[in-house]
Amino acid sequence: MSTTTEPTVTTTGPFADPSSKGARFTSAAANYIDERTSISGLVKEVGRKIFPDHWSFMLGEVALYSFIAILLSGTFLTFFFNPSMTEVHYEGSYVPLKGIEMSAAYASSLDISFDVRGGLLMRQVHHWAALLFVASIGLHMLRIFFTGAYRKPREINWLIGFVLFVLAMAEGFTGYSLPDDLLSGNGLRIIDGMLKAVPLIGTWISYYLFGGEFPGVDIVGRLYSLHILLLPAILIVALGIHLLLLVINKHTQFAGPGKTNDNVVGVPVMPVFAAKAGGFFFIVFGVIFLIAANFTINPIWNYGPYDPSPVSAGTQPDWYIGFADGALRLLPPGLDVVIGGYTLPFGVLIPLVGLVLFLAVVALYPFLEAWVTGDKREHHILDRPRNTPVRTAIGAAGVTFYAVLWAAASSDLIATHFKLSIEGVIHALQALLIFGTIIAYVVTKRVCLGLQKKDREIALHGYESGRIVRLPGGEYIEVHQQLDEYERWRLTSFQDYKPLMIRPDAQGKISTAQRIRAGFSRWFFEDRIVPVSKNEIEASKHDHH
Amino acid sequence: MADDHGGTAVEKSVPSTASAGTAVVLSEADSIQNPGFPPHRLRVTDTDPKKEKLAERRVSGFFFLSIIGSIAAVVFYFLFPIEEGNLASVRLNTASLGIAISLGLLGIGIGAVHWAKALMSDAEIVELRHGTRGTPETRAKAVEVFTLGNKESGFGRRTLIRNSLFTAIGLSVVPAVVLFRDLAPDEEPNGLLRHTLWKEGVRLARDPDGTPIKASDVTFGSAFHVIPEGLNDEHDRLEQKAKASVLLMRLHPEDLNELPERADWSYDGIVAYSKICTHVGCPVALYEQQTHHLLCPCHQSQFDVANHAKVIFGPASRPLPQLPIKIDAEGYLVAQSDFHEPVGPSFWEREK
Repeated sequence: MSTTTEPTVTTTGPFADPSSKGARFTSAAANYIDERTSISGLVKEVGRKIFPDHWSFMLGEVALYSFIAILLSGTFLTFFFNPSMTEVHYEGSYVPLKGIEMSAAYASSLDISFDVRGGLLMRQVHHWAALLFVASIGLHMLRIFFTGAYRKPREINWLIGFVLFVLAMAEGFTGYSLPDDLLSGNGLRIIDGMLKAVPLIGTWISYYLFGGEFPGVDIVGRLYSLHILLLPAILIVALGIHLLLLVINKHTQFAGPGKTNDNVVGVPVMPVFAAKAGGFFFIVFGVIFLIAANFTINPIWNYGPYDPSPVSAGTQPDWYIGFADGALRLLPPGLDVVIGGYTLPFGVLIPLVGLVLFLAVVALYPFLEAWVTGDKREHHILDRPRNTPVRTAIGAAGVTFYAVLWAAASSDLIATHFKLSIEGVIHALQALLIFGTIIAYVVTKRVCLGLQKKDREIALHGYESGRIVRLPGGEYIEVHQQLDEYERWRLTSFQDYKPLMIRPDAQGKISTAQRIRAGFSRWFFEDRIVPVSKNEIEASKHDHH
Repeated sequence: MADDHGGTAVEKSVPSTASAGTAVVLSEADSIQNPGFPPHRLRVTDTDPKKEKLAERRVSGFFFLSIIGSIAAVVFYFLFPIEEGNLASVRLNTASLGIAISLGLLGIGIGAVHWAKALMSDAEIVELRHGTRGTPETRAKAVEVFTLGNKESGFGRRTLIRNSLFTAIGLSVVPAVVLFRDLAPDEEPNGLLRHTLWKEGVRLARDPDGTPIKASDVTFGSAFHVIPEGLNDEHDRLEQKAKASVLLMRLHPEDLNELPERADWSYDGIVAYSKICTHVGCPVALYEQQTHHLLCPCHQSQFDVANHAKVIFGPASRPLPQLPIKIDAEGYLVAQSDFHEPVGPSFWEREK
């Protein structure tokens, strides 16, 4: 039902329709470009591409647009920032630090904040946009996870998205360290300590990274290369592939009347989606500016230059590194183990390995689930989270796990604000990390099953209308209001899986992999609510009449 | 209903017959049928020309707001300069510039979205999907490309060429590895981590001004942040400070529970411990005078100074290393020697 008009081929070319001077210019320009680029083919292909609409689809857009804000504001900052650790005496406008010895990096960050008009604004735009970037990527990932959008054919794009998430955190951390202030220097010190914990090569990794002993005079310059060159280059390439695959795979959509696994229902790029997305880009950018204009972020002038000796109480990393910092805090004392004269500091290694494993499970989840279901079909209809109780419960458990680690990064602030002992807070968080995760899993799964039952009930018998009617025989009944067929379709169309039955293979054997797969399959699909069938609807109608 | 724009990167493919795994696929007869699209509902701007006109004015109104914002930003840039030493001027510059730019951006954004929602066609359009994989013909062509490439080059047949090429490519990246050796100086890190500026006779000095401390300056219950005297003149001041920082505390001798082999490491209840946390290296900067506990503000490891700085809570594994001290002829506190073990976080070769 597209309104695309097929270009009519005439001797003057398809673009010639000289009704006014402006149109004549446009068509001449279009003709000029097309004759040199065949861009009309691209416009034909993507110009009326369909994008489905749902509020949750904009989370990825927020990430994309805040990234553009980061690129623009970051470029501005590079014109003024000096990534050098040469010691200088500060002579800028910020009086409390006048004459103090500091690195050129810190001094130039202060100059950006206090001597360049709009410099502080751009620094804050850059920082706020970075926080928003990581946050929106996280929420976007959760949306993808809970709706099962990562299923075939989008597993690779999930993986690329995961890489983008990790790159965003890496960009955040490298950028955070550049001003060489006291807070970020302590962050680097922690990184140094964690690197040194790595068996066999840790001491050397730290030594190479810092160009000698910590802190050295090289790290800011090196992080700067990573931050403005290497990481953004990889990020932009990965982002390009991410968006290309989005176009190739076409966007997913929620189940709804008229929507099938074989179509995309929505608005075309030209003009509606372009206007909405383009407008939304400006809104995101505008909101970032509004926040940056009014709310201070990372006031480096309060911290002073980096010095390995002082530290302020209540130190915290930026929010997205919190989960890693929190993990470090939750370990009990005395976990250094010496084997054959070599030291294994498990107090640091367990969080390190645990976080890598956690991220690995996140990265590989689509492949694990695909193996368990054995489903080789393409999926373009999104799941409602309640219709996949175990996946949703796993997600909720993961979110809880992450959230507890994140909260642990503020353990000292929790203790001081709520007048608790630090020991009590840590012990509570340790317990929550394990039991909270389990409870979140169980509760979420039950809630999902309950909601599915409720949906089933509504699909079969309609909503309770609150209207009580007395029948001629004296019986009282409540009148149920039946759903229309569109609403019912929304509630009843979902995929249903049953646990895998173990069957012997051609040799009459059951392999271990098959047993494990069946075990996972039971775990996933043992408790299942079957979608309503046509017969049941028919039967329920007879019940009522 | 459907219209076909064709695939973009992939041609139209046959319907997939891929396995559904353990999915329960209901038969046509038993599954509820998709009811198709609900009837399209018109918006108020579709039916009422007055409202349409109003929406049009509103959209351009937002665009005009944006124009005002962008002009205002330029005006504010010159109107509210930064005055040296005046923090309020920085604040005003940031806020006025930012709010004006924000207005310039939000006006465009809100206007465009409102235009799309209120005035542009809201009819949903259907596009068909095609299987992601190429059609059998396309795939056969792709296979043919590789087969021909292999045949014409002899890539699979001429194994000597192929294998030597793989080896050559593999080895060509090896120089890149050694090129990174000079990221760090030639010395071995392991040795460097074992030595600090402390040695016999080096005076304990105040951090950061570097004035030496007399034993008589250290009152009961007090704590000093300490650096080795002369540290501030070192060319690698920060690297040395990152290892040599020390906390000095004086406890009542009856509170102090010293190890027998370290009985002469303190002087008159004055003890000196490394300030660098044995967890991941933050400065253990908080001293709780009543309990004699040291707290690391980064990850809340706690050390008991009264009991040779052993770990009493938190993720640290080892006590803070103790610096043996004495006094010199003039009554200044001096080190007896360097630390007897590496300071700071644990590392692989630490016990070697």
